[in-house]
Amino acid sequence: MRSDPADHELIAPGKLQTVVQLLAEEPGKWLPIAGGTDIMVQYAAGKLPARKLVSIWNLPELRTIEISPDEITIGAGCTYTQLREHDLIASEFPMLASAARWTGGIANQNRGTLGGNIVNASPAADSLPALLAYEAELILVSTRGERRVPYLGFHTDYKKMNLAPDELIRAAALQRKFSGYLHYARKVGARSAQAISKVSIAALGRLRGYQGLDAVGDMIDEVRVAVGSVAPIPLRLAEVERIVTGKSIDPELVESARNAAAAAIQPIDDIRSTARYRAAVTGNLVAEFLQQLRDYGKTI
Amino acid sequence: MTEEHIIGTSVPRKEGRDKVTGAARYVDDMTLPGMLYGATVRSRFPRGIIKKISFDPQFTWSEFVIVTARDIPGKNCIALIGDDQPCLADGKVSHPEEPILLLAHANPHLLRKAVDAVTIEYELLPAIFTMEASERREHIIWGTDNTFKTFLISKGDVDRVWSKADYIVDGEYTTGAQEQLYIENNGVIAAFDLEQGITVWGSLQCPYYVHKALMALCGLKEDKVRVVQMETGGAFGGKEDYPSIIAGHAALLAVKSRSPVKIIYDRTEDMTATTKRHPSRTRHRTAVSKDGKILGGEIDFTIDGGAYATLSSVVLSRGTIHAGGPYYWPNIRIRGKAVATNMPPHGAFRGFGAPQSLFAMERHMDRIAQTVGLSPIEIRRRNFLKPGQTTTTEQTIREDIDLGKLLDRALELSDYPAKKAKFAQENQTGPIKKGIGLATFLHGAGFTGSGERYLASVVGVEGCADGSVRVLVSSTEFGQGTNTVLCQIAAEALNLPYDDVRIAQPDTNQVPNSGPTVASRTAMVVGNLVRSAAVGIKQTLIASGMLGDAYSPEEFRAACKNHIAEHGKLCSTARYDPPPGVFWDDEKYRGEAYATFAWAAYVAEVEVDLSTYIATVKDFVALQEVGKVLHPILAKGQIIGGVAQGIGFALYEKVVWQNGRMQNGQMTNYIMPTSADLPEIRVFFEELGNVHGAYGAKGIGELPMDGPAPAIVNAIEDALGARFDSIPLLPEDIFETISADGVR
Amino acid sequence: MTVPSGRQGKCEFTFTVNGRRETVRAYPMERLLDVLRHELNLNGTKEGCGEGECGSCSVLMNGELANSCLIPALQASGAEITTIEGLAGESQLSVLQSAFLECGGAQCGICTPGMILSARHLLNKNANPTTDEIREALSGNLCRCTGYAQIVEAVAQAARHRSAE
Repeated sequence: MRSDPADHELIAPGKLQTVVQLLAEEPGKWLPIAGGTDIMVQYAAGKLPARKLVSIWNLPELRTIEISPDEITIGAGCTYTQLREHDLIASEFPMLASAARWTGGIANQNRGTLGGNIVNASPAADSLPALLAYEAELILVSTRGERRVPYLGFHTDYKKMNLAPDELIRAAALQRKFSGYLHYARKVGARSAQAISKVSIAALGRLRGYQGLDAVGDMIDEVRVAVGSVAPIPLRLAEVERIVTGKSIDPELVESARNAAAAAIQPIDDIRSTARYRAAVTGNLVAEFLQQLRDYGKTI
Repeated sequence: MTEEHIIGTSVPRKEGRDKVTGAARYVDDMTLPGMLYGATVRSRFPRGIIKKISFDPQFTWSEFVIVTARDIPGKNCIALIGDDQPCLADGKVSHPEEPILLLAHANPHLLRKAVDAVTIEYELLPAIFTMEASERREHIIWGTDNTFKTFLISKGDVDRVWSKADYIVDGEYTTGAQEQLYIENNGVIAAFDLEQGITVWGSLQCPYYVHKALMALCGLKEDKVRVVQMETGGAFGGKEDYPSIIAGHAALLAVKSRSPVKIIYDRTEDMTATTKRHPSRTRHRTAVSKDGKILGGEIDFTIDGGAYATLSSVVLSRGTIHAGGPYYWPNIRIRGKAVATNMPPHGAFRGFGAPQSLFAMERHMDRIAQTVGLSPIEIRRRNFLKPGQTTTTEQTIREDIDLGKLLDRALELSDYPAKKAKFAQENQTGPIKKGIGLATFLHGAGFTGSGERYLASVVGVEGCADGSVRVLVSSTEFGQGTNTVLCQIAAEALNLPYDDVRIAQPDTNQVPNSGPTVASRTAMVVGNLVRSAAVGIKQTLIASGMLGDAYSPEEFRAACKNHIAEHGKLCSTARYDPPPGVFWDDEKYRGEAYATFAWAAYVAEVEVDLSTYIATVKDFVALQEVGKVLHPILAKGQIIGGVAQGIGFALYEKVVWQNGRMQNGQMTNYIMPTSADLPEIRVFFEELGNVHGAYGAKGIGELPMDGPAPAIVNAIEDALGARFDSIPLLPEDIFETISADGVR
Repeated sequence: MTVPSGRQGKCEFTFTVNGRRETVRAYPMERLLDVLRHELNLNGTKEGCGEGECGSCSVLMNGELANSCLIPALQASGAEITTIEGLAGESQLSVLQSAFLECGGAQCGICTPGMILSARHLLNKNANPTTDEIREALSGNLCRCTGYAQIVEAVAQAARHRSAE
């Protein structure tokens, strides 16, 4: 253990209001800590610069999951276990449920939170591509009130985001409009469990006329494709989406999609993998998504 | 001969209850009054001269115990085989993480900060990090030529075979470093007083190795050094020689401070500073006839020993002797070489050179098969050693082993022929490519050649005042079942219930030197001595008239108590006696290298997903002939655990090096398999007996490490049709190879 | 020596450990693992990696499996904690502990406390897990000795015995 507990202050006000007050009074001085599955690792390695921490673990205001006919609002303090085990998330937002299942082991799923995953903003964070694909909105809270921002664009650069020093993420809101879509997600890591992802993808797709009784064909109505671990932030592959929308899925289209994906990402060589591998696998997964979308159309 | 009633049954693990209740005491569970914590200041650089050591004036250094090379009372070396490795660097450093000075303090957090508050200035020297750079002698970093050791095995007349060959098959195969990754990090507590000398409690395999090292380091006689093994959370060779270093450090701090000192490494320190499996490079050139018979060959086996010699000569020895595999070589020349680099010294890890050279041999057999146009099965069948034939060291195979039949059984258990055909069919479509591969191999148990003779192991068995029996050995338990098996053997030999036999905690004040717990020798060699010594106390009781030839456990207990009441003690020792007719020539490296070999045939089934290039093992058959299965559950556990490490060696475990330092020294970044990564591993045994082993047992601890990697890579080649000659074989490597080949 | 900002001093924490109410003085950022081992002398919970990867430090906190090396003492305040020491009865081992012994689930034993708690957590949630479910549930507990097979067997055996009760 390479840190001294005596050097760090940790308080637990127990109410969201109090925490938010504290952040307003001393912005940038207090690091919120939820489940600690990232912060405590840095701490143990002697690499936690923050000296003052405020616990937001288990704040009731942050652990609710609210359901309305159009929307689900997931508290930022919800753990991966909560996401995994929630019936509606599993059925309507399966990529978020699978991201939760693929994060760490059971013990870490019991403590890691959705908000923590977003704010820690590792480029390899597991739940972020799904949030992008599902076009989540974040509800941010401060003493100045609440504001709602699209998750797309929240991250601006490596570990930089549109979060003011006095703000906390209170919840993520997802629109319940993705039934009938193909939900395709994969995580590529060094082993089957407990792996930091080398490449991850979360994609949604729908073919034209799927609700009609006529034969569907393989023309794409809409897609959303999000990838992780291949840039400083998780990416929506807007160019890939643009190229394929309204087109038939054939080998040429798949090839163009691959190339557009390769052009959009900025993978690196690091301790876990190589840029070339990441680029190749991203292309393969985009291709696999489109192939599955074409086959999905055939089954309807 | 009486029927065995304990040998061959799965009796409860002797210390099992403590392990499942959390009561088992590992070294970090122990504290002593007035205990300080110790830490090590280490080199940041691979090679250099130490110019200046400065201490940050913000710390009150008088509160700390500080030890440098100057404080060493005896010899500044880690006594093992040679004396080249200093205990603390004195003026120069030869590898990253080399220990330079030691600190101790009562507050472990303050201690940690103090380590970072010592600044060392170096004059850097050029360093080398590869075997090739070492061989080129760009810089001489050790001795006169960077070479720790060489061996030459020569049989027949290799130079004459090339002209007779229908095929000459070349191959080069490499294996990377592998971290033992025992889940309990290295740790030790040392205490010193003028009366008793030094006492050390530690997580270790070989109490007497540590004992010898501390005597030399501290200039103490043997009765002034005591080493006690605590419950040890995994070792696999990583705690064979390394504990002498950490124990030496704690001892020096204890001597200087006159307080007990505890040193426990954290995971990063353990990974970056301690030993790993030797990286290797093997070059094969083989002369083969058109009907697939090996006529002869040359094998060049080179290992990277790191900065100091430590155990490299012995690892080299085993790797060199195993390099020819389970095949008949009428002519062969094997050159083994261990070279120096500026990395932390590499060391023992289960298999000890054999997994490296056998990986090459088994990959090369598949290469030969392809060249000649035979199947991997047929090429092996035509070249297997048969009883009466000699190995590469001209050891005659005297037992009735039929490797062809063993292979047949493995093929049947794995459904190899049907699967190979099915996969070839299925692989024509889809991104999932399946393959099946095999490896056949041998592993010699016990110390090589005259090693057991030099060890001259001694074992004791004593009767206790309560009528129970106690086994006295320095052989340690670290999960593999030492306590259980040795008690089983004693109980069987005495015809007593298993519960009537205990085993002493290995404490050099209490137990004789039964040799190190390495080389798969414990059940086989030490077990045989335990048997002798047990029979010894029985004979003593019978001879003294206190016991009849046949007796009940109650009668034995009573006789034991009576004997002790009358004579004070009841103890018998047994000393290793080299079996007659076993002859080894250390000069020519020829003769009976091992008392016996265990034999195996492993089959691996893999899937490679071409969208991610990830290879996973889907089924695994491990079939081995092991003499006698002393304890079915323990034996199966050893094989499965070893296969799991072999799967890691092949597909997951990569040490990322930069300037001689391991960069991925965290469990997050050094990847070992989880329960979700491994298939069912199906284990089968055959038993031919072994005249040299207790109740016919052969050593099996290391055997399962040798086969998985080549079987898996053979399977991947089967799946993809591409060559892979290097492990670890990561998805990135598979991707690079097949995208170069144009396969998408 | 300069004192870094943020010094807070030790506080009193109360929690229930293995059914007993315990009060300790510790820094709020002391790891629960260290509190258990050093303040409460419960050494069955082990440190294998300090990064939440190996699971040797697993405990049950309010019935949920968690890595105690990643929990600050303050966040465990008021919680119900079960460690390996809390599983065996007065004279009898739990069904899981017996199964581990019978099946060879413990070799060196260092991963065993965490592994048993992880298994206990699984069986509390899923009384009849399949082999795949057992493997997935234990994938956060690393074992270097066994290759997991005999651990999985032990958990399956324990599940059968518990449902027979």
